[in-house]
Amino acid sequence: MTSPLQQKIKIAGPSIVTANRTWDGIVVYRTADKGWSAELADAAIVRNSDEAKALLAEAVADDVGAIGPYIAPVQLGDDGAIQPGNLREQIRKAGVTIELPAQG
Amino acid sequence: MYAYDEIDRTLVNERVSEFRDQVQRRLSGELTEDEFKMLRLQNGVYLQLHAYMFRVAIPYGTLATNQLRALAHVARKYDRGYGHFTTRQNIQFNWIKLSDLPDALADLAEVGIHAMQTSGNNMRNVTSDQWAGVAPGEIEDPRIWSELIRQHTTLHPEFSFLPRKFKIAITASDHDRAAIKVHDIGLRLIKNEKGETGFEVLVGGGLGRTPFIGKTIKHFVHGRDLLSYIEAILRVYNQYGRRDNIYKARIKILVHELGIEKFSREVEEEWQHLRNSSLQIDDEVIEDIRSRFIYPAYEKLPYMPDELRQAAADPEFEAWRKNSVAPHKVQGYSIVTISLKPIGAPPGDATAEQMDALADLADKYSFGEIRVGHEQNLALPHVAKRDLPALWKALDKLGLATPNVNLITDIIACPGLDYCSLANARSIPIAQELTRRFANHELANLIGRLHINISGCINACGHHHVGHIGILGVEKNGEEVYQITIGGRADENAALGNLIGPGVKFDEVADVVEDIVEAYLALRERPEELFVETVKRLGVEPFKERVYATR
Repeated sequence: MTSPLQQKIKIAGPSIVTANRTWDGIVVYRTADKGWSAELADAAIVRNSDEAKALLAEAVADDVGAIGPYIAPVQLGDDGAIQPGNLREQIRKAGVTIELPAQG
Repeated sequence: MYAYDEIDRTLVNERVSEFRDQVQRRLSGELTEDEFKMLRLQNGVYLQLHAYMFRVAIPYGTLATNQLRALAHVARKYDRGYGHFTTRQNIQFNWIKLSDLPDALADLAEVGIHAMQTSGNNMRNVTSDQWAGVAPGEIEDPRIWSELIRQHTTLHPEFSFLPRKFKIAITASDHDRAAIKVHDIGLRLIKNEKGETGFEVLVGGGLGRTPFIGKTIKHFVHGRDLLSYIEAILRVYNQYGRRDNIYKARIKILVHELGIEKFSREVEEEWQHLRNSSLQIDDEVIEDIRSRFIYPAYEKLPYMPDELRQAAADPEFEAWRKNSVAPHKVQGYSIVTISLKPIGAPPGDATAEQMDALADLADKYSFGEIRVGHEQNLALPHVAKRDLPALWKALDKLGLATPNVNLITDIIACPGLDYCSLANARSIPIAQELTRRFANHELANLIGRLHINISGCINACGHHHVGHIGILGVEKNGEEVYQITIGGRADENAALGNLIGPGVKFDEVADVVEDIVEAYLALRERPEELFVETVKRLGVEPFKERVYATR
C-alpha cells in the first residue's frame, strides 16, 4: 500500500490529521504540540498543502502512538469551534448513529 | 458437535502465545504497523472507524454452549456487551482494545475457538448449511467435508499468500442455505449412479465490485478426490491470479477472463499430477472425522405430542411455530431458527445476556448445540417438539421470538458506515427503518418470502446483489445515496439483481421499498407467487415505473 506521505496532498479548506490510537484503537487527532488527543477541539488546523504534509509526516512518524493517520476536512465555526467536514468524520467523532445495547 | 483433538488444541494455544508476543512487540514499538498489519489480520483483527474489530470463526456454523458462553464472556469483558453475527458464520466484536486481544484469544482458545484465517489473503472459514446433519433429505452431513477442508487448509503455507481471500461453502440439500453459488468454490454434495459420495464443484462465484454467479467446473468429483481437486483449483489460481490489482485479484475474475473451459482445462491438467498423490483421502480419514461429530441420543418421540397440540390454540405461538420451526430428520424433533432481527434492532446483533441465555436454552432443549446461519440468524438444531411451547416462552422473554424468518424484516445488513472503515453509507439505520415500516406480521406474512440485503459499500458484505431487494449505499457529492436492485437470490437458483433506476437518498429508501412491495402485491398472479418470481416474470419495468413515476 502506498504510504500516506507518497500520496499527492491537496486540501480544499481547513483540515486536521486524524488516526486511531495504537493500544486501544480509539479515534484521535493530531495536536499542535506533537501529541494526540481524543478531542477534535484539540486538533491542529492546517490550511494549505505544505502545512498538511508536514503535520501528516509528523503523525506518520509516531507509529507507536497512533495508526493509519490521514488528512480530513473540518469546518470552523465563527467562534473557532471545529466540526467534522463529512459524515464519516462526524460518525468517527460522535460515535455510531444507532442505539447500542445497554451494557449489563 | 465436533470434538477437537490434541493437535487442534495445541495449534490454537500456540497461536495465542505467538500473537501475544506479536502484540507486545507492536505496543513496545519493536514492530511497526506495516510489519504488524498482516500478523493482526491473520488473527482476525481489523481496524475500523472507532476501534479495532475482532472477527472470530465459527467453523461451519456449529457452536457448543460453552463456546457461545465464551463469546458472551468476550463481549462482556473486552467489548461493549454484544457481538455481531456475520454472513459467513463468524462473529465480530467492534470495540476491542489491541492490548486486550491476546487475553480474549486465550479465553476463546480454552473452548477451542480461534480467529485464524478470518482475514487476509488465505482460505477463510469454510461455511456450510446451518441445518447440516439434521435437515430431512440431506445426502449426508456436509460438515464432515467442511472439517476435512478446514484441517487441510489451516495454516497451509501454499494457501497463506493467495492473490486474494478465498471462500468455500458446502451444501448437501436440494435447497441451498449456504449460498454456494456466490463463493470462490461452491460444493454441492451429491451421490453418483453407484451411490458414491462426491461433489458438484462450482468455481468463480462472488459478490463485491464485480459480482458473478459460480459456474460448474466439474459435475462429479469423488469424495476421495476432493482435496486434490480443490488444491488443483488453488494452484491454478495461485499461478495465474492477478496480484497487481486488488480489484481484479479474486478467482472469479480469473475464471471470467480465461473462460470456464480454459480454466477447467488448466485445473484438469494440474489435477492429473495431484489426484493419485497423498492428497487422495483414505476412507479411514473420513471415518475418523465422522466419528468426531457427536450426534445426540435422540429419544423415540411421537410426531404430534400433546404439548404441541395444546399450544396450537395460542395464535402467537402458532405464528412463531409456523414461521421459525422447520422439520427435522428425526421424528418428534424440530429445527428452530432464532431470529436476530427484532423490529428496530441492528440485524445479526446479540447481547452477552442473550448469548448466555441461549446457551442455557440450548443445554435444556437442544443437546447443547447452536448453529449460525449466513442470514445472520441462529438455530437450535435438535429441539423435541414437546418442548417447543416452553422454548418459545423463554425466547420471547429474551426478545428472540420475532416470527419473521425469511420475511421482509429478516434483513441481511453489513455494519456499514456506522462501524466500517470501507463503507460509504450506513446500512443499519436503513434496516431498522425498514423493519419498523413492515413491523406488522400480518402484512409481512401477506407479502411472503422476501429477502432484503443491504451493503454500505461496493464490497457487498451485506450480499446486496443477491437480495430479492438489494440496497447498496454509495457516496455522491458528500451524501449517502442508495442504489436499489430487484430479482437477486442466493439459493440454488442464484441470480444477480437488476438495478431499477437512479439512486435515492437516505430518507427515501424505505418509501421506495414500500412502493416496490405495493407494486408486487398488485402484480402477483396469486398469493403463492413469491416476489422474486413476479420480478422474473415481469422484469424490472413495472417496478421502476411505480417507483419513479412520482419521483
